[in-house]
Amino acid sequence: MKRLIAAFAILLALVILPQFVGKYYVNLLTNMLIVIIFSMSLDLLVGYLHLPSLGHAAFFGVAAYTVGIFSTKVMNSFWLNFPLAIMMAGAVAALFGLLALRTRAGYFFMITLALSEILWGIAFRWRTFTRGDDGIPNILRPDLGFIPWSLLDATHYFYFVLFFFVVAFILMYVIVSSPFGRIILGIRENELRMRALGFNTWLYKYACFIIAGLFAGLSGVLSVYLNGFVSPAVLHVALSAEGLLPVLLGGAGTLIGPAIGAATIVFLENMISAYTERRLLFLGVMYLIVVMFTPQGILGLIKKMRLKRQVKP
Amino acid sequence: MSFWIVQTLNGMTFGMVLFLIAAGLSLIFGLMRVINLAHGCFYLLGAYVALSVIQYTNYFLLALVSGMIAITIVGIAMHRLFVHRFQNDHQSQVLVTLAFVFIFSDLALVIWGGDPNLLPTPSLFDGSFSLGDIIFPIYRLVIIVIGVLVAIGLWLFQERTRLGALIRAGVDDTEMARGLGINVPLLFTCVFGMGAAISAFGGVIAGPFIGVYPGLEWGILLLAMAVLLIGGLGSLKGAFVGSLIVGLADNFGKVLIPELALFPIFGSVVVVLAFRPSGLFGKL
Repeated sequence: MKRLIAAFAILLALVILPQFVGKYYVNLLTNMLIVIIFSMSLDLLVGYLHLPSLGHAAFFGVAAYTVGIFSTKVMNSFWLNFPLAIMMAGAVAALFGLLALRTRAGYFFMITLALSEILWGIAFRWRTFTRGDDGIPNILRPDLGFIPWSLLDATHYFYFVLFFFVVAFILMYVIVSSPFGRIILGIRENELRMRALGFNTWLYKYACFIIAGLFAGLSGVLSVYLNGFVSPAVLHVALSAEGLLPVLLGGAGTLIGPAIGAATIVFLENMISAYTERRLLFLGVMYLIVVMFTPQGILGLIKKMRLKRQVKP
Repeated sequence: MSFWIVQTLNGMTFGMVLFLIAAGLSLIFGLMRVINLAHGCFYLLGAYVALSVIQYTNYFLLALVSGMIAITIVGIAMHRLFVHRFQNDHQSQVLVTLAFVFIFSDLALVIWGGDPNLLPTPSLFDGSFSLGDIIFPIYRLVIIVIGVLVAIGLWLFQERTRLGALIRAGVDDTEMARGLGINVPLLFTCVFGMGAAISAFGGVIAGPFIGVYPGLEWGILLLAMAVLLIGGLGSLKGAFVGSLIVGLADNFGKVLIPELALFPIFGSVVVVLAFRPSGLFGKL
């Protein structure tokens, strides 16, 4: 009950906030929601399956490129491009999952990295198709057709993203708390035992991989409409690597953790960008601090403090 | 015909450079079960340090040695102060190396700027070699020779020296090696430093034709990973064969199908993974 109230309070704050802040901050909030969706989808692998992926940008980028290419070369229709892009991300995840899940943990980092790099290579070099390093500019936000809601205004777009954020959050929440989610957790804790219990563990992992890919695709679509631009950077391993930070900072294995982590990172980055251009250095040091001092993330710290308080009468 | 010979030699040259990176990466993984993501940075920083030394002194050999020493120190410090703290927690170790990729890349950008640089070719090996209608830079032939020599040297080191035997023992069974009184953590640091040194060596000697520029650390790391995925982890032979395959695939890809140049490389990765998940010669 407490959690439900907290969730509603946060939602209410998100609904009201854009009315009081300028366009710059509305876009920052929109970006924050997108990063949160991406982090949560990555956490389905990192936290719920202990499969640390360094290629999650692949699904984000494929969806972004699908929108970019279709909306500039075919037609800019929301009802065509939006589902198509997410399906593409899912299809790529289905293909990559086949290969990545064949191997054991130590290799998983490398294979996800190598596979996403193939896509980066295509985006970077196949100039006639993707315009290479220049990227695809002028991707316009589409018309929603029969829904009378123009996306051109920053605040309107924020509410559009907020809608999908809420849908994605609820869907992921349902997934992780369903029997499916419990089985996934069981596989994380002891795959051998789950197999002995008669579960086809590979299939569950594969399904989870694809689901994570679909949600990463959603964040990719929302992001490309926000920026109106897509370049090979959306497929680069640096993005995948940056995506891991919020998950670890917030606390892997929960949905709230990556959300807190992503929000923190987005705002910290915005703050420090006012003072310095050394964004990567900042991210690196943050990484180091998180890994060295808060291996369980912010949520872990909160839990620890609560425990301490309970122990002291 | 000469086209094919020259391009094959080019691919072999690049393959040898990749071998210098992949060998260290494979050795570190074999012993510690950790992918050192900062390995590409060792390559990059080695080349940058050498660049600075050359600009001041104009001695290639001095630049090579100082680059290697500097990066070995960096590698050992990184391992002792940070990676070492997470014994048996492989995921945290990999994440620490990832943190250092960000830190090193950005520091390199601050110190050496964003422009691409080429190291000068050592004057001893300047010029080119011609045989019939085949013309090929001498320096690249030298690189192929060096790569083969390093491979033989590493093999002899692993098979014939005491330290090599200790490392092999550590790769095969860490617990047992520890039980026999081998100082395994010290061994880890040694191997980490050695990997850093070889990688920096690769960065410096490849500097005259690959150059050094921001973003290279990821590019070279990814190709080295392709090498290890094809050749298999923890095996020197795997690293060598994988390097040749990737070097040739990269070169012919770039020459024959420039727009899809990465396909031959990662196509081979996919094929190998589909049939042999632990690589051609992988033991792990």
